[in-house]
Amino acid sequence: MTNSQRDQTLDQPADRPMLSVRDLTVAFPTAKATNEVVHHLSFDLPPGGALGIVGESGSGKSMTSLAIMNLLPPGATRSGSIVFRDTELTALREPAMRTVRGSRIAMIFQDPLSCLNPYYTVGDQIAEAYRAHRHGVSRRQAHRVAIESMERVHIRDAARRVNYYPHQFSGGMRQRVMIAMALSMEPELIIADEPTTALDVTVQAQILGLLTEIRENTGAGLILITHDLAVVSETTDQIIVMRHGDLVESGPVEQIFSEPRADYTRMLLDAVPRIDDAIDDMRTLPSSAAHETPTEGARL
Amino acid sequence: MTRQVLKRLAGMVVVLLLVCLFTYVIFFVLSPDPAVQICGKNCTPAKIDQIRDNLGLNRPFWAQFWTFLSGLFVGRTYGEGIQCSAPCLGYSFQSSQSVTSMMVQRFPVSLTVAVGAAVLWLLAGLVSGLIGAINEGKFIDRFISGLTFAGMSIPNYVLALVLQFVLVVTLRWLPFPQAVAFGDDPVQWFLNFLMPWIVLAVGYAASYTRLTRANVIEALQENYVRTARSKGLRPSVVWRRHALRPALTPIVTIFGMDFAGLLGGAVITETVFGLNGIGKMASDAITKNDQPVIMGVTLLAAFLVVVGNMVVDLVYTAIDPRVRIGASA
Amino acid sequence: MSIATTISEVGGDTEPTLTDAPRRGSKIIRDILSSPGSALSAAYIVLVLCMAVFAPLIVKLSGWGPYAFDEAAIDPNMGGVPVGSLGGISSDHWFGVEPVNGRDIFARIVYGARASMVIALASTALTTLMGVIFGLVAGYFGGIADTIISRLMEFLMAFPALIFMIAILSALPADNRQYLLVLVISVFGWPYLARVVRGQTLSLKQREFVESARASGAASSQVIFREILPNLLPTIIVMTTLAIPGYIGTEAGLSFLGVGVVPPTPSWGQMIAASTNWYSVDPMFFIFPGLFLFMLVLSFMVLGERVRRVVEVGEISS
Repeated sequence: MTNSQRDQTLDQPADRPMLSVRDLTVAFPTAKATNEVVHHLSFDLPPGGALGIVGESGSGKSMTSLAIMNLLPPGATRSGSIVFRDTELTALREPAMRTVRGSRIAMIFQDPLSCLNPYYTVGDQIAEAYRAHRHGVSRRQAHRVAIESMERVHIRDAARRVNYYPHQFSGGMRQRVMIAMALSMEPELIIADEPTTALDVTVQAQILGLLTEIRENTGAGLILITHDLAVVSETTDQIIVMRHGDLVESGPVEQIFSEPRADYTRMLLDAVPRIDDAIDDMRTLPSSAAHETPTEGARL
Repeated sequence: MTRQVLKRLAGMVVVLLLVCLFTYVIFFVLSPDPAVQICGKNCTPAKIDQIRDNLGLNRPFWAQFWTFLSGLFVGRTYGEGIQCSAPCLGYSFQSSQSVTSMMVQRFPVSLTVAVGAAVLWLLAGLVSGLIGAINEGKFIDRFISGLTFAGMSIPNYVLALVLQFVLVVTLRWLPFPQAVAFGDDPVQWFLNFLMPWIVLAVGYAASYTRLTRANVIEALQENYVRTARSKGLRPSVVWRRHALRPALTPIVTIFGMDFAGLLGGAVITETVFGLNGIGKMASDAITKNDQPVIMGVTLLAAFLVVVGNMVVDLVYTAIDPRVRIGASA
Repeated sequence: MSIATTISEVGGDTEPTLTDAPRRGSKIIRDILSSPGSALSAAYIVLVLCMAVFAPLIVKLSGWGPYAFDEAAIDPNMGGVPVGSLGGISSDHWFGVEPVNGRDIFARIVYGARASMVIALASTALTTLMGVIFGLVAGYFGGIADTIISRLMEFLMAFPALIFMIAILSALPADNRQYLLVLVISVFGWPYLARVVRGQTLSLKQREFVESARASGAASSQVIFREILPNLLPTIIVMTTLAIPGYIGTEAGLSFLGVGVVPPTPSWGQMIAASTNWYSVDPMFFIFPGLFLFMLVLSFMVLGERVRRVVEVGEISS
C-alpha cells in the first residue's frame, strides 16, 4: 500500500501540488450580515509536503480544514476552489465526498477524549472507519488492521489495548489512537488540527515526532494546524500565518523564523519562549493582537 | 464490582429500614387510635382495651416497631392463634384480609397498567423526540414541542375524564370499561386497558419526547460525531452508533425509575378507571382510613423504587463502559 | 466515577448555568414577555391571581357564593342534574351549577383559585427557602453538615413522593390541612433545588472573587450574602418558576384524591373529583375546573421555560 502510494506520487509532475486551495471563503450568513471567517484564502501543498497553518483562535485556520473536508458546521457556506489531486472537492456531492473523507484525506482533531466515542472500544472505532471504506472486509480483518495501526503509532501491547475504551487511555495515548485511526486507511493527506494542544509538553514532542515519522514512512502529505509556531517549526516545511480569516504571510519555515515580513508574525514569534520546555503558554500574547483588523503591512 | 453491589445493597437496606420507621411513626403514633376504628359502633372501653392488647398497642413504641419489622421477615401471631406468615403487613381493618395477600392479588393489574403505558410512552416519546431533533427549529419540531407542553400540563384525571367523555360517551368508539379477564375476552380486555394506558402514558411521553430531543441534539454536537463524519461513515451509521447510543443511554436510567414508581400503583389512573390495582387499593384505604393497607402500599412503593434504583444502577453499569471499567493505562 | 456524574456528562442535563453578566431586571422581564405565548401565559396567571385575591368581591358581583345551595337550579326528578342545557349555564349561574346540591360553579372556581394559588405559592416559597438554605450550608460549609444534608436529600428523593404524601396527609388530622399540604409538598420538594444550589455553591467557592473575599477576612455570612447568593439568583429564579406548575398539579392531585383541601372549601382538584361520577350526563362539571387547572399549569410551564431560556441563554427575542 505504501509503495503504490509512492508510485502515485511519482507519476505526477513534481511541480503539480497535491492540494490546491484557491480563493477559499467561508462565511456564516445571518439575517443581518454575513460573517466571513475565511477570506479568499489560497495556498498549495506539494505532494508529500508538510504545511503548517498558524494563527490564534478565530483566525479561521480550523474552518479552513473543515472546509476542505466539507464538514463545516450547519449554517456555514464555502466558496472558491479546493483541488485535491485531480478532483475538485467543492464539486463533489456528499456520497462521493464520503469516499474521500477518512480514506484519502484523514483528519486528527484536538482533544482526543471528546473526539472518541466513550461507548465503543478504540479498536471498534478504528475498525469502523476501515470497514466503511473497504467493502467486504470481515470484522476479524478490520480488527487486525486496528491492531496493526495501533502498533504503527507505537502503542505497546496493542493486541490487548485494542479492546480498551477511550477513558482507559492517557491523553497522549488517545491522540495516538486518533492517529492510528487516520493511518488505518493509508490516507494521502493527513490534516491535524491542534493535535498536541491538550497534551503535556513531552507528550507533544512525541506526537509531533510520530507525525513526522508517519509522513516519512508513507509519503502522505500533512497539514498541521496550530496556534503555536514552536509546534510547526520542526514538523513542517512551509508555513502560512492566518489572522481574522486572512493570509498574513507564507513561506518556508526557515524564512518565516529568520526574517518574518509581517509585524503580526514577529509578534507570534516573540511569544514563542526561547526555552522549548515552556512552549505551552501562548496566552502571553498581548491582548491587542487578539482583535483589530490587520494593518496594511500585514497583508500580503 | 461485587463490592460495589454489596455497598449498594447495604445502602438499600438502610433506606428501606428508615422508610419502615418513618411510615410506622406516622401511622401508629400520629394517627387516631386504630383500636377505636376497628371497634366501630357499640364500643365499650373494655372492648377497646382488648383490641389494643390483641394488636399489642399497649406495649412501648420500639417493641411494637420490632414486632412489625420482624413480622415482615418471619411473620407474627396476633392475639390467640391468628398466624400471619411473612412478609406480614397486618390485616385490613375493613376486610380483615391479609394486606400481603391483597397486594399479591392486585399486583397483576398494576403491572398490566404499567407495562402497557410504558410501551406506549416509550414508542411515542422516542419517535417524536427523534422527529423533533431531526427537524430542529422547523414547524414540525415546534408543533411537537407545543404538544409536549400540553401533555405535561394536563392532569391525568382531567385527561381521563376528557377521553371518557369523548371516546366513550360522545363518539362511542370505546365501550364503558368493565372488568373482563384476558382469557374471557381479549378484545374487551384490551379496550378496557387502552384508556388507562393512554392517560398514564401522555405525561411521560411528553417528557420523554423533550428528553430524547434534547439528548439527540446534544449528542449530534459532540466532537466524536464530527470524528465519525470525518472518517467517511454513512449518515445512518453516524446517527445510529454515534448519536443515538449516547443520547438514549441516559434515558434507560430515567425509564427504570419511572417504571419502578408505577409498579407501586398508578393511584390516580387506577382510581379514575376503577381498576383494581395497588393504586386503587391505596386510594380506597385512604378514604376508609385503613391504616395497615396504606402502610403496606407505601412500603411496597418505597421498596419498588429503591430496588428499581439499584437495578437501574446495575444496568447503567453494564451499558456505560465508563462506569463498568474504571480508568487504567 | 459515580453514576450521577456520568449521566450529566453523557448528556441531557439541563441544570441551569450561571450567566456572566446579570442583566437589569426590567429588561429581563421585557425579554420574557416578548414572546406571545409567555405574554398570554403571564396574563392568564395574573387573571387567576386576581380571582384569588378578589374572590369575595367577584362573587358578590356574580350573585352566588361558593357555599350557597340553589335548589331551583337542579332537577330532583332527574337525580339532581342541573336544570337547563350545558350544566345549567344561565345569567344566574355563569358556569352552571353542581349536580345534586346546586352550588354555583363560577363562585367555586373563583374560590378554588385561592386554594391553588395560595398553596402553590406558599409551597414554592417554603421549598425555595429550604432548598437555598440547605444547599448553601451543605455546599459552603461542607464537612459533616454536607454529609447529613446530602444523605437526607438522597433519602427524600428515593421516596415515592406522591404515595407518601397521601399516606402522611391521610394519617394526620384534617384540621389545618392547608398548612400541612404546604409543609408536606415542601418537605419532598426542597432536595431538587438544594442539590443544584449545593453544586453551584461548591463551584462558586473555588472562584477567584469568592476566594479573595474569604482571604481578605470577610465573615462567612458576608461572603454568602454578598458574593455567593447574588450569583445563585438566576438559578434559583429559574428552578423556582419551573417548580410552580408541579406544586399546582400536586395540590390539585391530592385534593382530587381527597387528602388535600378539606370540603366544603372549594379546590379545583376536589371539584374534578366530585365530577367523575357525572362526566357522561353533566360534562360541564369537569370541563370548567379541568380547563382552569390545565391552563394554569400550562401557563406556568410556558412561562417557566421562557424564563429559563431568557435567564440562561440570554435570548432576547424569538
